[in-house]
Formats: sequence, structure tokens, C-alpha cells
Amino acid sequence: MTRYSRRTLLQASAALAGASSLGFPSIVRGQGDKIRIGHLTPLTGFLGTLGTYAQLGIRLAQEEINASGGVMGRQLDVLSEDSVNPATAATKAQRMLDQDGVSVLMGEINSASALTIMQVAERNKRLYMQIGARSDALRGKNCNRYTFHVDIPSTVMVNAVGRALVRDNMMKDKKFYTLTADYIFGHDLARAARAFFDANGGKVAGDELVATDVTDFSPYLLKIRQAKPDVVCSNLAGNQVTNLIKQYAEFGLPYPIVGFNLNTADAWAAGQGNLSGTWPTVWYHTLDVPGSKAFVATFTKKYGKVPENHAWIEYISLKMMVQAMAETKSTETDKLIPYFEQQTQFDILKGRKGYFRNWDHQLMQEAYPFTVKPADQIKDPYDMLSLGAAIPEPNESLETIALTKEQNPCAM
Amino acid sequence: MQLEFLAEQVVNGLVLGGYYLLIALGLSLIFSVGGVVNLAHGAFYALGAYISVTLTQSLGFGAAVVISPIAVALLGILFERFILRRFYTADPILSLLVTFGLAMITEQAIRMLWGPAPLSAAIPQSFRGSIIVGDFLFSRYRLLILAVVAAVLLGVWLLLQKTSFGRVVRAGIQRPDMVAALGIRLQPYMTAIVMLGVGMAALGGAFFAPITIVHPAMGAEIITVAFVVVVIGGLGSFWGVVLAALLVGVVRGITIHFVPAAGEASIYILMFLVLLVRPRGLLGERIEKFE
Repeated sequence: MTRYSRRTLLQASAALAGASSLGFPSIVRGQGDKIRIGHLTPLTGFLGTLGTYAQLGIRLAQEEINASGGVMGRQLDVLSEDSVNPATAATKAQRMLDQDGVSVLMGEINSASALTIMQVAERNKRLYMQIGARSDALRGKNCNRYTFHVDIPSTVMVNAVGRALVRDNMMKDKKFYTLTADYIFGHDLARAARAFFDANGGKVAGDELVATDVTDFSPYLLKIRQAKPDVVCSNLAGNQVTNLIKQYAEFGLPYPIVGFNLNTADAWAAGQGNLSGTWPTVWYHTLDVPGSKAFVATFTKKYGKVPENHAWIEYISLKMMVQAMAETKSTETDKLIPYFEQQTQFDILKGRKGYFRNWDHQLMQEAYPFTVKPADQIKDPYDMLSLGAAIPEPNESLETIALTKEQNPCAM
Repeated sequence: MQLEFLAEQVVNGLVLGGYYLLIALGLSLIFSVGGVVNLAHGAFYALGAYISVTLTQSLGFGAAVVISPIAVALLGILFERFILRRFYTADPILSLLVTFGLAMITEQAIRMLWGPAPLSAAIPQSFRGSIIVGDFLFSRYRLLILAVVAAVLLGVWLLLQKTSFGRVVRAGIQRPDMVAALGIRLQPYMTAIVMLGVGMAALGGAFFAPITIVHPAMGAEIITVAFVVVVIGGLGSFWGVVLAALLVGVVRGITIHFVPAAGEASIYILMFLVLLVRPRGLLGERIEKFE
């Protein structure tokens, strides 16, 4: 038998295993006199689940817009690809602008990738609607004139859950043990959490960084047990949250668990009876608003499952972008930015309308804390969460839960 | 106190190592006998998890974790006869490409069949919670996994050491030409080894589904760790893989105890160090056909 040496084989396998991290291309192309939009979102990796929902959401919006005649008589063509990782995201964004002729960039969930796309947008002086990444730093010290942020930032999520914890007497003099996702978003969330603890009398018994590819949390759970905290707090992201929740239930630790970040797809994947505690969300499909209900019905009919919050946010983002293009009769970045900066009100399928704040380009909107329904009240696997009242309250300004100018060092 | 915490991490690491073992042992066997690095091994792990979760809904957990590995092992027959068999004597690059391609196809097929969203799976009621022995905390479910791994390990060891089947397989690893000269065709043995290997991977998937996220890319996540275990243990060595799997579990646990952020990196550092000192892995034998 002719064979290559063991060494060659090892090298080649390692190279291939490495190549597998590049992910699949998912390219949707069209041509002609269409308005093209470059859309990037992670379809693989620890945020891939959320990204697939994101893609379904923006596709639904595109179809509805095109079915009703498009924008300024032109059809919309959303070029949607897997952003894979921060470096690839930037390369693809640049290529979309240079070769694919997209007018604007949209998308992202991963804060690190969003940051590199923001840099591409700034270099090319082109509009980027950053939809799903939540790191404070993106709208703070890394903010730029060309980027608008739709999803709620870390601090707002911390405030949404933190207020509920203060109300439930689970904050003052309580010892928190936090687990933090080891990348820009997690670090940011942990910083916001610490600020909230400091301001409200919470104490930190331990804080551990967790790599994004961790699937087994057992060593962390043992450390938590050794530290004997009052409350366990998750600053994790994507698949990490699901794995933590499953294994937390598996080990049956007695401490209540809360978290400052959770997407509903992560909660659904955790399985019935595993999730507990108080968590924040930006939107949930049971929201009692007519527009939201109509969106849920259309989405469910088309895809056979209920939309996740990333599907909703992509849907309303494309609608906002199209509204801006139609109103300004332009796809030019220079025309679109002032339109958003006027703090134009947008229907985002919530109780109150949203608007982009002019000095940090952050969408002002309601957020919600949620808790988990008791097992006997759950009708189907998607119906496991009980949505709390929107914050801020109806008589308060939307900006009361947002970052203040002092907290958000954004200078454009 | 510190020492006790550490001991707890070591014991937990051994349990985790047992789980890595289910996936790595098959990978090692298939490579040792066939000379093929099966990059699709993770795909069978994922299939095991998906089939098990689906069956659990109608048949219950107990039946699902038995049927799922058997179903995947049967798929393994097709995999070996129609795909893998063509590449035993070919350039290794080809078998790598083919199994890598198959891994991608399977992942995409799972996405099409079950959808991109993760499946929800929970631990059966009777195995929930943990028990405390002395001062150590054990998840009841993980103890169940440990028992299953020990049983499988014993079974495979007996199969390889005490049966005529095992003798032919071991001879086939070292001297396939001699086995052929004695008039024994290795191919049916290879089919059986692939069945066993992918079946074990599927068993791992079925048992880990309730405590880890079940999503289409789960196979790609596990293959890297399994590969590291095989490399550390040494090719062709049964006990090498066992030792490596336990070592990886323990090193990861201890690292997380002291430097949590370095938990995942520690296993690659371990591989690097082992390869520096022992390029064939811890207990790797000198196998002529791979030198």
C-alpha cells in the first residue's frame, strides 16, 4: 500500500478541521435595476441559530415590500451572507460595497463582527444599520456617524432585569456569581452589570470568563457551588446560554439564576422545566400589539414556526430602511443619515413608536423583563415565557432606560 | 479546602473525559484499521442526538438511546461500503476531502430535515438533580453516562482482546499484508469497525442531547476535541485514547478552576506539549504503514 506518512495526514486533517470553521457561503443574488442591500449575519458558530432567524425575518420583509411594488418603483434585492467571524465580516462588507454594488449595509448579531463592519462603513462613508449586536461600546466609544443601532444595548438589558430584581428584593446585599462571555459583548455586559450592582447594593462573589465555544459548564458549576452565592447571573451569549441553563438544571444547584442577556431561541432550546429566573428581552411573539400579532401570524404561516426576537428586529429594520428611502427618494447615505437623525418616529410593532436618538444613533424603544411560566401553564414549547410590563412605563420618556451622555462616550 | 475543590474538579474531569472517549475511540479505531481520518465522525454524533431526541417524543428516553445508535450504526454500513471503502488505499487527502464533504452534507441535511433552530431536549425525570458523596457533587445524569461509557469500554476491550474478531482487527492494524496473505479479507471487519465507531459516536450524541444544545453544527464542534484526544493518545492504542480522554477532561477542569478563560485553550496546549515530547502520542505504537 502506498501511503503518506502519519505526519502528513495529521497536518492535512488539522488544515481541514481549520477550514471547516470558515462555514458555508449562503449567497442570494439578483440583478438589474434593483436596489441592493448588503446583509451580513452569523449563520454558523455560537450565534448561528439566531442568525438563521434573522435571515428569515429580513426575507419576509423583502418579500412584502417587493410584493407591494418595491421602493420608488424598484425592486429590493437583499444580498444575505454568513458573516462567519469579525475578519470575514469586514472583508465581505467591503466586497459587497466594491463589487456587488449595494447601497447600504445592514445586519449582524455578533458585537465583534459589527465593530469591524462599522469600520468598513466609516471608511467608505456608507450607511450601516447595525441590527442585532448589543455591546454598549458600539454606540459608545466606537460610535460613528455612518452607523445606526437597532437592538437594545447591554446597559438597557441590565436595567430591565435589574429593576425587576430590585423590586423582588433580590439585589441589595445579595452575593452574585456571574459568568461572562469572553468577547467584547460579554465584557461590556459584565461592566454594565457591575455598575448596576454597585449602584443598588448588589455584591459580586465571583466573576468568570467563559470562552464562546464552551459546551460543557460542569467545572464552572462546581466553582459556583464552592462559592455559595445568593444568585447566579449569566452574562453569556447564544448557545452558551442554552448549555448553561440545561446543565444548571442538570446539576440542580439551589441558587436562583438570572441573566442579563437571553434570546428567545436560546430559551426554547433549553427545554421545558430547565429555564427559571428573570431575563430581559427586546420583543416576544406574545406581545399584545395588533401589528406585532399580524407579523407573528404571517411569519408562522410562511415558515411553520413562531418568530424569534431576531426575526422581528430584522423585519422592522428593513421596513425602517425602506421608509427612509421612500421618504427621501434616495438611496444615498448623505440623504438617509439626516432623515434618521431628525428622530423620525417609526412603527416597530410595539406599544410605543421608536426613533433613533440623534447624538448616538441608538433606537429608543421599550424593553421587557420576562419570567418563566410554571410548567402547568405552558400550552406549547414556544409558550414558556411570561412577559412583564414594558419598561419604561407609559408616562416615562423612552430615554429613561437608555444610556446617558455620561455613560455613553459617543462623539461623532 | 482548596485541595478538596481541586479533587472535585479532577473527578468531574474524569467523568467528562468518559464522554469524549465515546467519540474519540471510534475515530481512533477507524483510523487505525482503515487508515482514514473520518472527519464525518461528528456528523454521526449529531445524527445520534437528533434521532434520539425525535424518538424520545414518541418512545421515551430509554428506547431512544438504544435505537438511535443502532440506526446510525446501520447507516455506517452504507457509509463504509459505498464511500469509505474506495479510499483505503488512495491518497489520504482524498478520504479527508470526502469525509469532510460528507460532514457538510449531513449538517445541511439536518438543517433541512429538522430546521435550523435547536431542538429542545430534557433529562428524564428520574435522573434529574445531583447526589452528594462525601463533599463531592455529582450530577445523577452524568453518573448514568459514566456507567454507560464504562460498559461500552469494557465491551469494546473484550471484543478486541478476547475474540477472534479482535485478533484479526489487531493484526490488521499492524500487518494488513500478512492478514491478507493468510487468506483473510479485512473488508468485512472494516465494515464492522465503522459500524462500531459511528454507533459509539451516536450513543454519545444521544446521551449528551439532554444536557447540551442540539443544533445542526454540533458535530463540527465535537470533532475537533475528539481529534485532539486521538492525537494525544496515540494512533492505534486503545488505552492511549482512554488515557488521553481522561487527561483532557481533567486538564480542562483544573485549568477552569484556576484560569477560567483558558479552559478551552488548555487542551490544545496539552496536545502541543505531548506532541513535542512524544510525536506518536502518549501510548502510540509504531505502525509501519503510517510511518
